[in-house]
Amino acid sequence: MMRFLHKLASPKTFYALSGRIIPWAGVSALLLILVGAYWGLVEAPADYQQGDSFRIIYVHVPAAWMSLFVYVVMAGAGAIGLIWRIKLAEIIAISSAPIGASFTFLALVTGSLWGKPMWGTWWVWDARLTSELILLFLYLGVMALYGAVEDKRTASRAAAILAIVGVVNIPIIHYSVEWWNTLHQGPTVTKLDKPSIAPEMLWPLLIMALGFKLYYVATVLMRARVELLERERNSRWVQEMVEAG
Amino acid sequence: MNELRDFFHMGGYAVYVWTSYGLAAAVLLANVIHPLLQRRRLFALLARRRRRAARN
Repeated sequence: MMRFLHKLASPKTFYALSGRIIPWAGVSALLLILVGAYWGLVEAPADYQQGDSFRIIYVHVPAAWMSLFVYVVMAGAGAIGLIWRIKLAEIIAISSAPIGASFTFLALVTGSLWGKPMWGTWWVWDARLTSELILLFLYLGVMALYGAVEDKRTASRAAAILAIVGVVNIPIIHYSVEWWNTLHQGPTVTKLDKPSIAPEMLWPLLIMALGFKLYYVATVLMRARVELLERERNSRWVQEMVEAG
Repeated sequence: MNELRDFFHMGGYAVYVWTSYGLAAAVLLANVIHPLLQRRRLFALLARRRRRAARN
């Protein structure tokens, strides 16, 4: 097992293996997202209170879930890179940042587009919205810090520390709707008892969420491969690959 | 035909719903295109460097 993990962490093996995973994850993600979008936009019934505006949920909620999930992966990989000096973990961490920032941006903007017709305002400084905005700044901070340091290993360490400190924001976002009186509605899906959403509305949401997760797998590996080549540009296997074309 | 018009009308929420989905599609697509462009740029750079090294 350890030997397998060690081999997996070797740059050349990772490069080859990820190259085989990306098409599968990417195509599955595309199919799931298309099915989820069709189901959510066409098949699911309009909400009895919110009408058709509730269909924004199929972009908003998966994006918000992913904004948290990607952050935890980024901080976790950053910690592994920091403690065990595993180059690949550093690469996964920094490759996650722009994707996580994208999901956070989408969650914020689609939330705003949903809030306008439902709450009558684009934005309020309530706990959920504000903590999610801080999440976006954390992602941007990690990216900026990494970009500001010339040496990639030092940059990774600095970015990882910022990412780890920022983890404190994750439970704040998650529980914000329970701890404070927010305009944002409480959880509808992740409640311990039965979710308060009809199954024909829930299914497309779960399909979309799975699609977004596979999309993240595909795109983080795509970014990681480029980052890896950049760092390993002087090694023999990269040189040979460039030679082969 | 009416069904299609209703679909695009989204019960009066067309602007909000379609902007959300359009934006999501654009952002997701950008995250696929960006690494592809970076990869192409890097390969071009490395190939150029190799040719220069071969000449000297």
